[in-house]
Amino acid sequence: MFANNNKQTKVVPKGPFKLPSDFSRTPTYCEVCFWKCAGWIYKNDKGEVQKIIGNDDDPNSNGRFCPRGTGGVGMYYDEDRLKTPLIRVTDKYGNQTFEKASWEEALGLISKRLQKVIDVHGSECIALFTHGSGGKYFGNLVKSLGSHNIAAPSYAQCRGPREVGFIATFGDGLSSPEPTDIRDTRCLVLIGSHIGENMHNGQVQEMSEAIDKGATIITVDPRFSTAASKSKFWLPIKPATDMALLLAWMNVIIEEDLYDRKYVEKYTYGFGQLKAHVKSMTPEWAYGITTIKPDVIRATAREMAHASPAVIVHPGRHVTWYGDDTQRLRAVAMLNALLGSWGRRGGFYIPDKAKVPGVPHPPYAKPTRTWRDAMKGKYELADLALANGVCDATIPDASLGCSIKAWIVNGTNLVTTLPETEKTIAAIKSLEFIAVIDTMPMEITGYADVVLPECTYIERYDSLRVTQHREPTITLRMPAVEPKYDSKPAWWMAKQLANKMGKGDYFPFDSIEEELDWQLKEVGSSLEEMQRIGVKNLKRPYDDLYFKDDEDIEFNTNTGKIELYSTSLEEYGFDPMPKYTAHPEPPEGYYRLIYGRAPMHTFSRTANNPNLTDLMHENVVWVNPKVAKEWGFVNNQEIYLQNQDGAIATFPIKIRVTERIRWDSVYMVHGFGHANRKLSRAYGKGASDSELITKVMMDPIMGGTGMRGNFVTFLTSKPVKEEAKS
Amino acid sequence: MRYAMAIDTKKCVGCSDCVVACQTENLVPHGYARDWIVEVTDGTYPQLELEYRSERCNHCDNAPCVRCCPTGASFISEGGIVKVEHDKCIGCGACITACPYDARFVHPEGYVDKCTFCDHRLEQGQDPACVAVCPTKCLYFGDMDDPNSEVSLVVKKRKFKTLIPEAGTEPQLYFLI
Repeated sequence: MFANNNKQTKVVPKGPFKLPSDFSRTPTYCEVCFWKCAGWIYKNDKGEVQKIIGNDDDPNSNGRFCPRGTGGVGMYYDEDRLKTPLIRVTDKYGNQTFEKASWEEALGLISKRLQKVIDVHGSECIALFTHGSGGKYFGNLVKSLGSHNIAAPSYAQCRGPREVGFIATFGDGLSSPEPTDIRDTRCLVLIGSHIGENMHNGQVQEMSEAIDKGATIITVDPRFSTAASKSKFWLPIKPATDMALLLAWMNVIIEEDLYDRKYVEKYTYGFGQLKAHVKSMTPEWAYGITTIKPDVIRATAREMAHASPAVIVHPGRHVTWYGDDTQRLRAVAMLNALLGSWGRRGGFYIPDKAKVPGVPHPPYAKPTRTWRDAMKGKYELADLALANGVCDATIPDASLGCSIKAWIVNGTNLVTTLPETEKTIAAIKSLEFIAVIDTMPMEITGYADVVLPECTYIERYDSLRVTQHREPTITLRMPAVEPKYDSKPAWWMAKQLANKMGKGDYFPFDSIEEELDWQLKEVGSSLEEMQRIGVKNLKRPYDDLYFKDDEDIEFNTNTGKIELYSTSLEEYGFDPMPKYTAHPEPPEGYYRLIYGRAPMHTFSRTANNPNLTDLMHENVVWVNPKVAKEWGFVNNQEIYLQNQDGAIATFPIKIRVTERIRWDSVYMVHGFGHANRKLSRAYGKGASDSELITKVMMDPIMGGTGMRGNFVTFLTSKPVKEEAKS
Repeated sequence: MRYAMAIDTKKCVGCSDCVVACQTENLVPHGYARDWIVEVTDGTYPQLELEYRSERCNHCDNAPCVRCCPTGASFISEGGIVKVEHDKCIGCGACITACPYDARFVHPEGYVDKCTFCDHRLEQGQDPACVAVCPTKCLYFGDMDDPNSEVSLVVKKRKFKTLIPEAGTEPQLYFLI
């Protein structure tokens, strides 16, 4: 069963394992977004992939995929996919190009170059950026080599502040999928979260169920979002003032004695301090800041209290806005605590997760340095690595012992995912080596020394999905067909590299089928069973989905209580209770850049998917009719966007004149304006918001990159750079 | 038997899942669609209303597309489903002009194509692909002749509208408002 460390191992399963061709439908879980819905891939009678349908036993999807998941087949059929390994070469004219390479050449080169970095600079000088399932295997490789610099932009560029804010309050983060009990809620409060445009599948489904049951929805958004249109109360807040509203809501709930007294007395710490803290933060005070009328603030606070504890002040997901995000999410957590919704039906349930043993391997060597050393004591409360921190630790700095010298990038298009593109490119330029593993020729591949083509999730096994939910489940992804072109799965690539670098012990199984079968047998299933059912519910051992009445609970905080007054933040020198800070406002002629999601796209990775571009092929910029009139703009007119620092988006974008956006802001969907011509459907379609995010408001608590402090103006034509020739 | 669909505009989020599910189920070529989303915004900021409608062929009782078809390719099938017999269709496009809902298109292979309520799935006891996939469950499908079917009950219970009723086509899509 165990491979010889130094020998190449076979990919073809042996013995009892069936091949993809033995099935007309195969189980999978979706890789288009992080929700990872479980489904079935169906093939036609020729054995070709036709459609993907949800698995009825999956709690994440309940048998219904979202448009991106349904259109996931397009990732497999996309003819622009990476097809072979590529190696950067310099031709005889001095131009750099990519040359096709064999797997042996490409993997050989990567292992040689990584080894050189290890020998010269130390193994700590290797970093991995990852997003998606392959991260587990490349993470194992990087850790086996002796580095812990492993980061995903989904943390510091997205949900990190939320985790830190909730941990500081309840002693627990939210993780994914968030344990929001929307199906049984009586009041759902969305503050900058646009469910229905973000297709977080289970939440979209449960919001619909809540609408059927007559739940009240309160939406706070400067844009008339889809969710706002389904709401009893829409609060068209002035952007960047959410904190004032949250504090005023707490003021009303405390002053009018609307909080869950029994819950607050039994479970929380610091109520007295909070009461004194928000005393002056009245709805009248907040009105001047937020533009939301005091009677609306009071009415919505009462509505929440009326539904308590079946109320959810939704934590959102992409929360890196203004740099005080951890504190804003603290305020969200505290409001939930006052309403007694944490651990209660219709509020937040207590999730459960299957316990599946990891693959046995030798212990990882403890690195002497990590990216944190480059932070010089900042952001210690970050519970995961900061992608921007690893990027910063790459830029050479004489005061540091060593900067990072080699990157492995898997499934994340760093040049558009990280803000401050120029800084990312500067970091890449200072590297000695960069390898990129992706399914598509994303922009980041252009910076690589070696590009490895990963096969899509439709063509590969991956680690089991073990995600939290109301019931603990495990889910299998297996290939429906053999990989197209000369692409390979992450597991295979990472194992080959480990073998070449003398770390084969960390990948002890010959094939991933054997690895999965071993893991599954440890939890009473088998690969054969999972191939038949796809999703297995391991059943919750105890009846503990919610707190019991009067149950004694020890929270994982310093005081063992839900901390309204945060002792951990105080300990690190931060405000123990959130304060409102005014953020910069757009200068004359500029508008706040708000970006978000469309239901049929995700990140920047779907913009070339043939099925999804059919639904939406470009983004547009939403402009209020008053603003359009002032500028003399009409619908569909193409303009260029320029930000406060003079950055201009490479491609023009069409204007959508709509009442659905405030006059002081513009809105665009993220993930468009691709600049790589190899993405034939996405190239030049719409504009990239990332190019316009040059100002980052850092969260001092955990290092999140606040990105909503950028302002744009319109150019009717792109300025041409003056060139003088003589 | 009278097949009909009710679309709950209060729940629809306009995500287009119905569109892509139809495309992969029925092998609709890229660039064409048998169903689509309409978004209507009304009012002035911040007094606004928004309606999403998942639209497709209305499978009319009095179908102008069937009446005008010169070859008999357009016909009303079992349960009132309006269909096109591909072999008989000459692609003249008279039905496309006659349809007030713009529900038909010329398939690249030369015949006129449209929604079939996924009758191949109905035969297997399954809902149409759009109904089965919808994450908001805003689509109700069934037999209007059966007073206890889900679609009959929801149309009885809720306020609804049909599209372009003045055309006299007796459409069988009911938009719950």
